[in-house]
Formats: sequence, structure tokens, C-alpha cells
Amino acid sequence: MKALNDVNLTINEGELFGLLGPNGAGKTTLIKILCTLLLPTSGEAKVLGYDVQKETNSIRQKINMVSGGETSGYGLLTVRENIWLFSQLYGIPTKEANRRIEMLMKELKLEHKMNSKVRTLSTGLRQKANMVRGFMTDPDLIFLDEPTLGLDVNASRLIRDFIKKWMSEKPTRTMLLTTHYMVEADELCDRVAIINDGRVLACDTPQNLKRLIHQDAVLKLEIKQVAEVSAFRNIPGVRNFTHDQNIATGTTMLKFILDDEAAVADIVAAVPKSGSRIVSVEKTEPTLEDVFVTLVGRGLTNHEV
Amino acid sequence: MKFEEFPKPSWLVMNIRAVFGRAYPRIIGVNRELSWVFFETVLPLLGVAGYVYVYKALEAPAQYIGYVIIGGAMTAYWMNVLWSMAAQMYWEKEMGNLELYLIAPISRMSVLGGMALGGMFSSSVRALSTIFVGMVVFGISLSLPDPLMFTGIFIFTMIALYGMGMMFASLYMLWGREAWHMSSLFTEPIYLVSGFYFPVKGFVSMLGNPGFWIAAGASIIPITLGLDGMRQCLYPGNRDGFLPLWLELAILVALSVLFLFLAKYSLAYMENLGKREGRLTMRWQ
Repeated sequence: MKALNDVNLTINEGELFGLLGPNGAGKTTLIKILCTLLLPTSGEAKVLGYDVQKETNSIRQKINMVSGGETSGYGLLTVRENIWLFSQLYGIPTKEANRRIEMLMKELKLEHKMNSKVRTLSTGLRQKANMVRGFMTDPDLIFLDEPTLGLDVNASRLIRDFIKKWMSEKPTRTMLLTTHYMVEADELCDRVAIINDGRVLACDTPQNLKRLIHQDAVLKLEIKQVAEVSAFRNIPGVRNFTHDQNIATGTTMLKFILDDEAAVADIVAAVPKSGSRIVSVEKTEPTLEDVFVTLVGRGLTNHEV
Repeated sequence: MKFEEFPKPSWLVMNIRAVFGRAYPRIIGVNRELSWVFFETVLPLLGVAGYVYVYKALEAPAQYIGYVIIGGAMTAYWMNVLWSMAAQMYWEKEMGNLELYLIAPISRMSVLGGMALGGMFSSSVRALSTIFVGMVVFGISLSLPDPLMFTGIFIFTMIALYGMGMMFASLYMLWGREAWHMSSLFTEPIYLVSGFYFPVKGFVSMLGNPGFWIAAGASIIPITLGLDGMRQCLYPGNRDGFLPLWLELAILVALSVLFLFLAKYSLAYMENLGKREGRLTMRWQ
């Protein structure tokens, strides 16, 4: 079984690149290859210009990784001690390591837990500590594998804000983010690759990906009940049209699938001509989730156990 | 967020920092969990006491009580190497630390070296406690006319022993729990053939030529000659030594080099195999 198949991606320096895919799509496999933890059975992968098979040490000096639900560290040690330990693997002098730990902990609102033992931390606090560990080496490239997995709204937002700040402060910093949360990818990523069954189905900016199905923009129009709706069908730019009478409310729900958004004005103008008036208008913009469903054929959670 | 630049450390300095960083949890752990005072002193002594009373009942020479106490003390290192040092990579994998060690720009030997240093420290606390309590409870007396030789024997026993532990660690990294059987296999038989509770020369006295070869075979486990050498140093003048001290030291030096080389080689081999098969960081094996 191939975990990855014909994957061909280029991530540019300074880019926040997202990988979207259901469980088992191959996201973590790809990250492990790029982190030098796994060898590709065929093909070639380069990180920051270095080959993942032959130049591992050059890569390792410049990268770091944080995974969601990560349970690393030693419960007997305090948060500061744990992060200091990992800083020593990168040769950071203790004084600078401690300064960075304090700075990043303050940034992630974790400073009050600096001297708490790791085993006493909640999931959210532990993940913040993992973030401090990963970012304290100031990597040129960082891999975040579902960093907000299982976190509450506030903790997730804090981490997203931190990620944005981190990226904005130095234009050469690069990040590869995998996430299950479409909104997160939409909000954070410069480009997104949608991956399923080990294949990259699409790769572009979130805006361009949404434009892939933009032609399927949907307009929902609720109007006062009318007897004759056939005039709406022939408006230029309308690809598909359905209607539904609601006797209880005395309204008709018109649903248009548009080839051309310019048709919206003509549709709205046609309502008074039909002898009716508009009760409500809703134009549905495609989301990244719609793109995902269109490309993959199912939602992200359909196959989760 | 401001990250101060710092002079890039040399490869050696970086790896030394990594060794001390990894040793830290073990060293600090001794102070954080004071329950060790009971588990690491009283319990080991109970095992030792059984042999002490057997020797006393047999009216064996006084140094035999000392031999048992020294064997009991060295048990701490052997258990540490087998169950903690060797298995550590397995536990690191289960805890999620292994992949963080493996993506760091350091030699894997530094991680193992840190584990070994930390393990030696915590085991030394146990070993010294056992000897101290043994001296108080059983009244053994030790002399050290040649401290240099004793230090050499001890240091190279530790290097060879923990080098062996490092080699085992690479097996655990991929074999996972299956490697448990290896530790089980090595525990009790090694107590016997390495002479933890009697001088290994006893095999020669009891079995003649085959006994010599049993002791010689057991000498591949560094603790065999380490124990014998330390007993010879601490009880000079008796005729219980298996080989001349200088030869035991030379063999221990050779074993140190051999096991460190094998550890480095097997770790690199297993890491590469794990990366190819995708099992390197796979948990629940």
C-alpha cells in the first residue's frame, strides 16, 4: 500500500503552506519524510535545498516540529526544565534558552505554569508548552501537525494568533501546517494542498481553490408566493433553477445555481416583474470545505472513527 | 519576539550539551521522588541478605560477605542497563520523545550517552546506598590499596556495560516489546554466570576446565570481569580472582571500544531500517 503517490509539491520560502486531508490521507507521512524520520521508497524530497536522504543533518539544524496531542517531555520535570532539555539538543546556551522560554511562554500566556510539573498540565497548556519547545529554536522551517487538535476555542485562537505573528515577524520563516479545521487553513495559509489517498488533488491559494467551484455559486431567494416562475429559468447566467412553494408561509423558495454571478442583478430585477416581492436573499459563497467535498467526494469527518 | 543570535557551538560542544540535557531528567528525578530511598536501599539489601546468611551459616571466609555486598551493589547497574537503559528508546518512542530526539541535529550517541550518564548517576546512588547499608548492617570492611586500578576497572566496566546497554537500546527501538524477552533472558542467567553472589573463579574450582570456559564466556558481559576486578582490588591478597587484574582491565578496555562501536553501528543500522520500513516512530509495537 502506498501512503503517498506522485506527490509533487514546492513550498516557497516565507510561505505558510497548509495540507488538508482526511485521516490516512498521507499528511503525517509527508511530514515525517520532510522531517527526516522516514525514507521515501522512490522519488526525491528536498528541504531548504537539502536532500532528505543524504543531507539530514543540514536539514535538522534548521527545522523543528510540533504535533497536536503531543505527549513529549518528562512528567517529573517542570515546563521550563523540559523545554530547556530540548533546547540543549540544538546547542542553545542556557542563558539564551531561558530568555527564549520566558519570552515565548509570555507570548502564549503560559508563564504562570513555568515551574509546574508537566504532568499537572491540561491538554491545552501542554500543547502551548509544545509550541514553546518547537519555536524556541527559531527554525527556518517548522512543521505543525494539527497543532490545535483537541483544544478549546480560546486556546486555538491564541495559537493561531501566535502563528500569524511568528510568520509576520520574519519574511524568511516558512511553515508547513496540517489541519483538520478548514477555517484554520483558510485563515492562516498562503497556499493549501488538498491530499487524499496519498495524492495531491489540488494546490493553490484558498481563494483560488474556492474559485474552482465558484461557478457553482448558489443564490437562494425567498419571495412572496407566485403562480408562474418559468421566467426565472431563462435568465442568462442561470445554469440550474429549482423552486419550492411553502403554503404555510405563503412564500416561494427559488434556488439558482449560477454560471455567472452577474445574473444576480437580473434575477432580483425579475422578481417585481413576476408580480411578487423579495422576502429574503441569501448568496452562498463556497468555503474551503465545499472545495474539499467537491474534490474528495466526502467531508473530513466522514471516515473518522 | 526577539531571538538573540548566539555563536554556533562546535559539533562537540553541541553534543556535550545534549548529553547533559538528556541526563538531567534522571539526575533530577533522584531528588524529586524520594521514595527511592526505600526502594533503592532496603529492597536490594533484602536480596543480598539471603546470600549473606547462607555464607554465614556455612562459615565462609569473611570476604565472601563483602563479595555479596559488592555484587548486590553492581546489580543496580546491571538492572539499570537491562531494564532502563536498553528499554529507554522504547519508552521514549511511546512517550513521543524519540522523534524529537531524532530530528535534532545531534549524534544519536549523545542521546544514549545522556541516558547512560543519568542512569549511572541514579544507579550509583543505589549502589553506594547498598554498600553503605551493607557495611553498617553486616559489618563488612573494605580496603583499597590500589585506588588507581580500582578506578580504572570501575570506569571501564561502566563504559563497556553502558556501551552494551546502548547497543541493546537500538534493538528496543525497533523490536519494541519483543525485546523484553531479551532482558528477561539476560537477567537471572547473568546473575549466575557473571558471579554476582560468588567469585566467578568458583566455576573453575567446581567444574575444572569447563568452568573456566563458562567464566570466560560470561566475560563478554562486562560486569563479570568488572565485579571480579573490583573484588580483587577491595580484597587484595586472596586467591579468588579469575584473571590477573591487568588482564581484566585490558579486556574491559577492549570491551568498551567494542561495545561503543557496536552501539554506534547498530543504532545507525536500526535507525536506517526503521526509516525505510516506517517503524522508527511507530508506537504501540
